[in-house]
Amino acid sequence: MKTENKIKMKTGILFSGGKDSCYAAFLAKKEGYEISCLIAIESQNKESYMFHTPFIDKVFLQASLMNIPLVYLKTKGEKEKELSDLEKAIKIAIKKYKINGIITGAMESIYQASRVQKICNKLNIECFNPLWQKNAYVHWKDLLKNNFKVIIASVSADGLDKKWIGKEIDEKILEELKKLSEKYKFHLGFEGGEAETFVTFCPLFKAKII
Amino acid sequence: MILIINICNEKLHYYEFVRPVCDILKNNKLNYFVKNYKNVNENDLKIAEKVIICGASIYDNKFIEDKNLKYFKWILDLDKPILGVCGGMQIIGKLFGGKLKKKTEIGYYKENFNKNFFGLIGESEVYHLHNYYADFLKLKEFEIFNYGKISQAIKHKKKEIYGVLFHPEVRNKEIIETFAKK
Repeated sequence: MKTENKIKMKTGILFSGGKDSCYAAFLAKKEGYEISCLIAIESQNKESYMFHTPFIDKVFLQASLMNIPLVYLKTKGEKEKELSDLEKAIKIAIKKYKINGIITGAMESIYQASRVQKICNKLNIECFNPLWQKNAYVHWKDLLKNNFKVIIASVSADGLDKKWIGKEIDEKILEELKKLSEKYKFHLGFEGGEAETFVTFCPLFKAKII
Repeated sequence: MILIINICNEKLHYYEFVRPVCDILKNNKLNYFVKNYKNVNENDLKIAEKVIICGASIYDNKFIEDKNLKYFKWILDLDKPILGVCGGMQIIGKLFGGKLKKKTEIGYYKENFNKNFFGLIGESEVYHLHNYYADFLKLKEFEIFNYGKISQAIKHKKKEIYGVLFHPEVRNKEIIETFAKK
């Protein structure tokens, strides 16, 4: 299953519809990779460390706006069972779309990244984490520079009250968010689940979600 | 000026294995330049004060294939500090006659350092991502900084050639900072 650099590698994006997985897809495309499918997991467990995101059902719309097929699986979200469900989804993507690499939007979470790495290693495919260790503020700036429209989908951190839900992040709001993250000591990239985001537009979309 | 060497076969892996090292140097206001291992030339080695060879993905072993070892021969002659990270340490081991052995480790591990390695001493948590390691136990010209069969951190006894099996750019950034600043 090894791929030479000259051949466009077929990849699957581990996709939540949030800023990180969308930006990872954007980078993959920019660097010449073929995005053969998106892989989304809906977890019924709100405490899931791996998959919980409030707008997961909206990934169908995002996938159609990108014209990319979607592999969508539901999981109960029990700790290790959700990993075997993820493995099942990746196996479907390998079989159906012949992918030989998975791309994630992991930035800091060793818990998430190492589990995906282990599955990819077991299945003998590449694993890419192009946002790995990226500074959260620089990442936000890159999102804005590349015309990503990102809204806050949910909040669960001191300093972020419900008025933040639905807000689209622009330069001014980013500075406000940065100040709050410094004051209340939460991760500006929301790596600790302080908030969830949803992308309404990015350069891969044909139109904006209203 | 620090030369950062990219050994990744895939373009997208630059962001995962090279950029984090660049960011550490940038945050410390240190100058650097990046070259692919196949394109390192005499002038690069002349202007570089130090060299960092970054790691690669767990699936990528192209750089360590026998046919590609020729691109790293300069390590044997260069009289400047070199730090090999994961795959970079495997290259150093192989160049000096060590064997590559299979061992898959992914995620956080606790390792015990019996000597100070750029500030790392005693039981320390490190981030591993590898399927192979270079066996340094029989390489008498190297000092090993940890207990156990698998060498986690090494230094050449006469030269400033260092290697770490784990990824310091993830959870032990001070190693890269100290190496770069000293």
